[in-house]
Order: sequence, then C-alpha cells, then structure tokens
Amino acid sequence: MSWLIDFFGNAANWSGPYGIPVRLLEHLEFSGVAFLIAALIAVPLGMLTGHTGRGALIVVVSANAARALPTLGLLVLVVLLAGVGTAAPVLIPLIVLAVPPILVNTHEGIRGVDPDLRDAAYGMGLRGRQVLFRALVPVALPLILLGLRLAAIQVVSTATIAAFVGLGGLGRFIIDGIATKTYADVIGGAVLVAALALAVQLGFTLLQRVTVSPGVRNLR
Amino acid sequence: MTTTRRRRRDQNDGTKSLIIFDGVTKRYQDGTVAVDDLSMEVPGGAITVLVGPSGCGKTTSLRMINRMVDATSGRILLGGRDVREIDPATLRRGIGYVIQHAGLFPHRRIVDNVATVPYLLGWNRKKARARAMELIELVGLDPKLATRYPFQLSGGQQQRVGVARALAADPPVLLMDEPFSAVDPVVRTGLQDELLRLQSELRKTIVFVTHDIDEAIKLGDTVAVLHTGGRLAQMAGPATLLSEPVDGFVREFLGRDRGIRRLSFISAKDVRLDPAPADLAVGGDDRPIGLRVDGRLVPYGTFDPESDSMRAALDAALLSPDGTAVAVDGDGRVLGVATREALDAVLRKYAGGLPDQRAPADQRAPADQRAPAGEGSPA
Repeated sequence: MSWLIDFFGNAANWSGPYGIPVRLLEHLEFSGVAFLIAALIAVPLGMLTGHTGRGALIVVVSANAARALPTLGLLVLVVLLAGVGTAAPVLIPLIVLAVPPILVNTHEGIRGVDPDLRDAAYGMGLRGRQVLFRALVPVALPLILLGLRLAAIQVVSTATIAAFVGLGGLGRFIIDGIATKTYADVIGGAVLVAALALAVQLGFTLLQRVTVSPGVRNLR
Repeated sequence: MTTTRRRRRDQNDGTKSLIIFDGVTKRYQDGTVAVDDLSMEVPGGAITVLVGPSGCGKTTSLRMINRMVDATSGRILLGGRDVREIDPATLRRGIGYVIQHAGLFPHRRIVDNVATVPYLLGWNRKKARARAMELIELVGLDPKLATRYPFQLSGGQQQRVGVARALAADPPVLLMDEPFSAVDPVVRTGLQDELLRLQSELRKTIVFVTHDIDEAIKLGDTVAVLHTGGRLAQMAGPATLLSEPVDGFVREFLGRDRGIRRLSFISAKDVRLDPAPADLAVGGDDRPIGLRVDGRLVPYGTFDPESDSMRAALDAALLSPDGTAVAVDGDGRVLGVATREALDAVLRKYAGGLPDQRAPADQRAPADQRAPAGEGSPA
C-alpha cells in the first residue's frame, strides 16, 4: 500500500517525459494503432469468410497458429529482423495477438446466424451485401464486439512489452522498476495497466449498449 | 358467388400471376433427384397446396419459383415469363415469401420487419411504416405490438408478422413454406382460418407447402400430391382428391376416413329442420341450455346451417343423446333441430361423387379456377 502511495503520491511521476501522462499516451498509441490495424484486417476478413462460407478452414487454422505464437518470442524475433528504434517491433506482435479473437468471433458470429433468417433475408429480395449488413452483422454484433473487446484488453495488457525493446508506455515503470529494484514503480505501473484494461472493458460495455439492438441483446 | 367471381377477375387477370411448371427437374450434384419432370399449372387468385411425404420435393418446387433454388432443366413461367430470365432479387421482391419459423429480423421492431420489402423498393420511411401498420392490423395483430421486437412475440404472433411482411408490397403471388408447422394445433387452426379470411379479401395466387394432408384439404382450392422422388401423383380439388384418389399412394397418403372428411365439402344448409322439441331447454335469449332427460339437463351438439358443413351437423347429431342435431344461427339462437332422417336425406343425395365445392360461406375458387393442369388461364 505504501508503495502505491509512494508511486502515485510522487509529484515527479506526474510530469515530464517520464511521467505517468506521457507514458499513458505512449501506451495508448501503441495499443490503439495495433488494435486498429488488427480490426481492419480481421473484421472484414471474418465477415467475408463467415458470409461466403469459403476459407473457414484457413481462418480457424491461422487463428490457432497465431494464438500459439509466444508474443515475447515474436517480439524478439521482429527486433532481430527489423532492428530497434522503430515502432514496428512492438506493433507486429500486438497485431498478431489481436487478430485471432476478432477474426474467429466475427467469422463464427456471422456464420452462426440462424439459417432461417438468412433464408428469409434472401427470400425477401435482399442482395448478398444487403443480407450481410442489414441482417447478419446486426445479429452477430454482440459476438463481433466480444472479439474486439477481448483483443483490445489483450493488446492493452500486452503493450507493456514495448518497454523490453526500449520503447515507452506503461511497461517502462515495470521494467525499469525491476531493474532498479524500485518496487513502488513496478506496482504502480502494474496497477495502471490493470486499470487501463478495466477502462477498455467499460468502454466496450457502453459501446455495446449503444450499438446493439435491444432485440438482439435479449437473444443471448 | 357471381360477385366474388367478378371481383376476382377484376383483381387478377389470371395470366399475370399464373405459375406454370414445364418439365421441371432438380438434380443435385450427388445425383439425388429432388424434383422429377414436374409439369403443373398453378391457377391465379387461388390457393394451391403442394403436399407429400418428406423428400417429395415440395419445398424445392416452391423455392424454384422465387429462384431460391434453380431448376436443373425445364422452365417455370411466372405470368408468362421464365423466372430464370429475371434477376433473383428483383423477382423475389415481387413475390411474398413466408417460411416455417417466420425468419423475422430479430434486431428490428415489428413495424420495420413488416416494412422490409417496401424499404428495399425505396419507399420513404413514413409511407413504408404506414403500410406496415395497415398490414399488422390486417393480419389480426394488436397495433401496439408494432414497436416490439420479435423475441417479445409468441410463435403464432411471429408467424402473423411473417405473413404481414410477405404481403407488405402487395405482391400478386405468395409462397408459403410450411408456415404453420411449428405452432401448436390450436394456434395453427387460428392461423389457417385467418389465412382463408385474408385470401377471401385479397385473392392472391398462393402456393402453400405442407406435409399435413388435413391442412392441405382445409386450405387448398387445388391440392397437388407429390410422390417421394419428386413426381406429381395427383392434382385436383380437395373433394375430388378425397373421393377419387388416382392410385394407392395417394389413397394411403390421404389416410382414413376419406368418406367422412368429404362431408366437410357439403353445406348443411339444405338439411330440413324440425321445430325444437319440448325437451330442449332454451334460455331467455333463445339459446339452448340442454336436453331434459330423466329430469336432468344433458349436453347436446349444435351446428349452424348457414356456415357449417354436413360433417359438423353429423358430429352434432352424434353428440346428442337422442341423435338430433340442434341448429343455431350465428348468434347461437335455436333455429330448430335436424333429425337423423333429415341428415340422412342430404347424405343420400351426395353419396358417391360430389362437387368440388367447399361447404359453407364459401368464397373459394369456383369451378373454372380449378381446371386441370394445362388448360390455360381463365383470362
């Protein structure tokens, strides 16, 4: 407890290039960019495979393979290949981490929509794209958002590894704290990361409230 | 009858909505033949029921009309045009489609579900919603349900919404694929009656698929019985079907009691009525209370000669202790009683063949609509 007071009570921790606000922004930047890229890859791909039923096997296999990759190992590998100093080494492992949950949930969400609904949508005269966006996506939205939420939380938690390769973010407090045995910083950094993950969770809960139709929310 | 007939002619010039199957075959890639060289003509402005055991290709036949399935060979003409020449989405927007579990959009309110096709056709929101509200009332739903979501409705109510949605853009043709199979028998009867009431107003060309022969006989102006393997076994009016099944398959499929069931097609209005006997206790409002037998009141059976069939009249007679059926009017007031002799007189007249005319208050297809396949349109 005293460590937390030491960390959060220290005025020096709240300003300057090594302060909490700057580290937090850096952290959000890595996480945000990685998450956005992952979503831009995985959501359309999941919709496509879920809707057409083609490439389902590839989705599952690649998603499982990506899950099995150790994030830290991948980070080291990318650093060796790309070199230190750019953001790429940390973005790539984070993207690889975030794609599978989004891809699998989007694919399964779309594919799992009641076949009667799909049949009725085509039977009413909706075209393929209209069936996808007017019938399948709204119904699959809770699952799609679940995938995005899982990915976002994982990315935010894992972005601490940026500190390993000399980049900023909240991981700095933890890595540097361990190196210098400043345990107040280690604990403080960990608490910040956890709080950020909770904030992401809350954000998605609110987003779900706004975007998911009450008619679908009560289905699940 | 003449007025209903004229109205039908005015609303539907037959050729427009007549559907013709011309040697249609559907063979799947694994070699299974779902529909085998099917040729039949679906009359305009009437209900045609496709019935048969599972695997007889009835659903496939229906789905080939709106191109949810494409035929392997042969043609389906809709209003004289081969459906294969029409873009599927455009074709489907002009055909109402009702499926077994309604298939409503769970994320949309009832009113917007009903307005699906009008929205697709580019109607503005206000007009589409006004039309949807009209239909919600037409199918007998409480307008208050319009703002609900599908999961808040019972299965029967959802099915009504499904019918309303299919009718929203006023298509001349309605395809119904086992629409009432998933609801309980009481609700199903209500939905069937509602469909007949709607049809008496709307005069759509309806193709209705069911595996339930009783449903087929109740609803169909024409009933097409399909064989396993997708061949047409017989196509006829329901009364003809009951009295003259072409082969053993159809006879077996029709089941027992064909003779009794045929009585549903004879109106009870010709039954001679005698004055009510003294032992029929009648209340102050002229409604029967019971028959006095040995000082107690026992139950009795009633029928309404204006709207009931001979089957109902006979049933009423069998329920009464003295074998007479009590005739009542639409308000339940006693008109008289029909003795067994009076019932028998009518039955004798119809023994053997009988006209394909639905009993009572029958606003159903007249004989000219029931021409066998291949005779062309009435227009």
